[in-house]
Amino acid sequence: MNLDLVTEAFGFAFMQRALLVTVVASIVCALLSCWLVLIGWSLMGDAVSHAVLPGVVLSYLFGLPFAVGAFVFGIGAVALIGTVRETTRLKEDAAIGVVFTTVFAFGVVLVSVTPSQVDLSHILFGNVLGVSDVDIVQVLVLGAVAFAVLVLLRRDLTLYSFDRVHAHVIGLRARRTGAILLGLLALTVVVALQAVGVVLAVAMLITPGATAFLLTDRISRMLLIAPTIAVACAVVGIWASYALDAASAGLVVVCQGLAFTLAYLFSPTQGLLRRHGALRAGGRGRQRAPLSLTAAEGTGVGSVLPSAETDGTRAP
Amino acid sequence: MTPALQVRGLTVRYREVLALDDVHLAVAPGEACGLVGMNGSGKSTLFRAVLGLVPTSRGDVEVLGGSPQHARARGEVGYVPQTDDVDRDFPVSVADVVLMGRYHLMGWRRRPRAADHAAVEAALDRVRLTELAGRQIGRLSGGQRQRVLLARALAQQARVLLLDEPFTGVDAASEAAVSSVLRELVADGCSVLLSTHDLATLPDLCERSVLLHRRVLAEGPTAQVLTPENLALAFGLGTPGSARRGTGAR
Ligand SMILES: Nc1ncnc2c1ncn2[C@@H]1O[C@H](COP(=O)(O)OP(=O)(O)OP(=O)(O)O)[C@@H](O)[C@H]1O
Ligand SMILES: [Mg+2]
Repeated sequence: MNLDLVTEAFGFAFMQRALLVTVVASIVCALLSCWLVLIGWSLMGDAVSHAVLPGVVLSYLFGLPFAVGAFVFGIGAVALIGTVRETTRLKEDAAIGVVFTTVFAFGVVLVSVTPSQVDLSHILFGNVLGVSDVDIVQVLVLGAVAFAVLVLLRRDLTLYSFDRVHAHVIGLRARRTGAILLGLLALTVVVALQAVGVVLAVAMLITPGATAFLLTDRISRMLLIAPTIAVACAVVGIWASYALDAASAGLVVVCQGLAFTLAYLFSPTQGLLRRHGALRAGGRGRQRAPLSLTAAEGTGVGSVLPSAETDGTRAP
Repeated sequence: MTPALQVRGLTVRYREVLALDDVHLAVAPGEACGLVGMNGSGKSTLFRAVLGLVPTSRGDVEVLGGSPQHARARGEVGYVPQTDDVDRDFPVSVADVVLMGRYHLMGWRRRPRAADHAAVEAALDRVRLTELAGRQIGRLSGGQRQRVLLARALAQQARVLLLDEPFTGVDAASEAAVSSVLRELVADGCSVLLSTHDLATLPDLCERSVLLHRRVLAEGPTAQVLTPENLALAFGLGTPGSARRGTGAR
């Protein structure tokens, strides 16, 4: 890599700001993604990030900070999904799908009838190279809050993700922890929005956690690996967008996808190549069920799905 | 003496399925009580209702003379569910899981102290899993995982233990180990309610038993409850409620 080009790229103020915003968003998203992937709430990240669209548009219309509208709609969507799921017999993925597409569509309509100051593509795909001072302050403050809560409550969040029945049994308020997690999701989406936009925020909320999951079998290590990978991808992605003159958000997410691919192929415990080698050698020790990114699990106490019994005992 | 667990007139429905109908039972302090019944007879439902995991239509539950919420808030109720509920892919070790039994004793950040680590060690030792403390939870056999969850309840220092089929899929040696741990706990004054399909070993472990088939068919000293007539009644009545779900043979 040409070092001069790196120093040149990050010599510009706008590049430094872009990097700052993207790094902050990457760290918070990556931390949260670990729990989302483990619970099976990836779709929830998808839903919340899309559902904030009308909130952002309305914020512009009323001259409010975009974070206010986005947060309100994010939380609103979560509450609505919960209500639909608990009061009907629909599975969670259907409840999520119905709510977020409707809210998102409402946002699209709002954009279409709004005078031109709202640039849909900036909301959808981010505008990290053009962030204002106000935006930066918002991202830093909200990012710091989300980061602090995630780190301080990490053990409760892990217990909630692993066994909310047990949390309930020992008298911890499992429902409240779930609500906090969803609130943090809305907050994190607001942070990510500025960096990568609505559509690609989903990737930042899934890929780093999924990658880290392939690389370790301890959540404590996942919580270090995921943000580290995400920061590296932010730096490489932003720099590449300068070097190639291409979309920065897209490149950051492509980098995350590449990191996932590398982990998928070369993970010391679960990598494809490793498993392939093990199979050829006649061993079948460490295979595990493939990670399911779409499994949506109930949010209520007591709705614990049995895990798939697909451990690698297939004889060659 | 106040019973450790008292259930009066408990009725639970899952929509159209009546799972428990006017169930009464009591477990005294320092007593092990067996819960016997065919698949779908409502054993798991009884545990879930006592723990407030499913809404009840009627009846009330008291734990240690107070409300179940109160007992739970003090960590006095330990629960070992039927194992297939655990997420085997979850990236935590055996020791991590057992430590979760002590979260209610820690501060809000759940930072373990020396006493917590010592309790985890002691609990793992008691169920003979010390060597596996660092293993990821999925890389265990079903019986070992069951013992991990028992160790978690031990580390919790619960006074009332609810065990849902702790011997299903457990070999004879483990079953003997678990039984002897349970006997020690009972001797220390803990109360145990355990469901089982293993009628052969039940009299050794539980002096009293309850025969369940949506309602309580019989209760009393285990030998008197497990009579051929009673068992024919409990297991010959056909499936209670709707079709049973896939839990039996493993
Ligand atoms: N989540 C649920 N929704 C609807 N019905 C249920 C649910 N769980 C259990 N049931 C029904 O309630 C009844 C009691 O089930 P329960 O699981 O309590 O039985 P069990 O005695 O524990 O059986 P097993 O020996 O198979 O574990 C059954 O008829 C069952 O079909
Ligand atoms: Mg059961």
